[in-house]
Amino acid sequence: MSVANRPVHRPLSPHLQVYRPQLTSMLSILHRATGIALSVGVLYLAIWVICAASGAGTYEAFRGFNSSIIGRFVLGGWLFCVFYHLFNGIRHLFWDAGYGFEIKDAYRSGWLVLIATAVATALSWIVGLRLI
Amino acid sequence: MTDLRTHLSRARGLGSAKSGLHHWWVQRITAVALIPLVVWFAVSLVMMSGADYATVRAWIGSPIVMVLLILTIVIGLHHAQLGMQEVVEDYVHSEGLKLASIIALKFIAVFFGLAASVAILRIGFGG
Repeated sequence: MSVANRPVHRPLSPHLQVYRPQLTSMLSILHRATGIALSVGVLYLAIWVICAASGAGTYEAFRGFNSSIIGRFVLGGWLFCVFYHLFNGIRHLFWDAGYGFEIKDAYRSGWLVLIATAVATALSWIVGLRLI
Repeated sequence: MTDLRTHLSRARGLGSAKSGLHHWWVQRITAVALIPLVVWFAVSLVMMSGADYATVRAWIGSPIVMVLLILTIVIGLHHAQLGMQEVVEDYVHSEGLKLASIIALKFIAVFFGLAASVAILRIGFGG
């Protein structure tokens, strides 16, 4: 093998697991995770209206699943994902507009997103899912 | 720093992905559109929990709800498809599988968007 074709073993940047978890990186990962979950969630929403259009029998089966323990867990998780992705998405839009890049501000907005998500999720669970 | 790009490349502004800022920009536009839509839908969903078949159909079939619901689902699918494409581009390294996944994502989004729209219109216009 000529020198030019030999694979070059360049140093790699330290990978994820060597870093101490920070609020900012955890929220970033959670944004992507909730985004993936909501991609399935929007299909679930599409299936909901398709079931509603298909007739009473189909719809009752779908509703039966939603009111089961697993169904409530799915809907409750969906609400959490929606609120988190919504609030953190707004945080992202502020960054896109050029605001809030100081480390202090990034932490402050991060905590604000978490508090808003906790309040909205708890309210929606109490009102919608009758969890208490 | 000296810019090594040609003037033509700079004027085109398309970058290495050959589509410039289009993906990024559409993701932001759909995000902004989804803010009011998602708030409206989440509140409606919570208020309607436990509603029976007739109530849900009457709700979906009212003109304003039909429009907002189609917008929520179609724009939501568009935004989801753009985001999932980014996830695929980050983690799928085989070119063939990457392309196949991105095409599949687009097909799924279009199929469910159309199916949900037909379902909503059918409820609204009585079928």
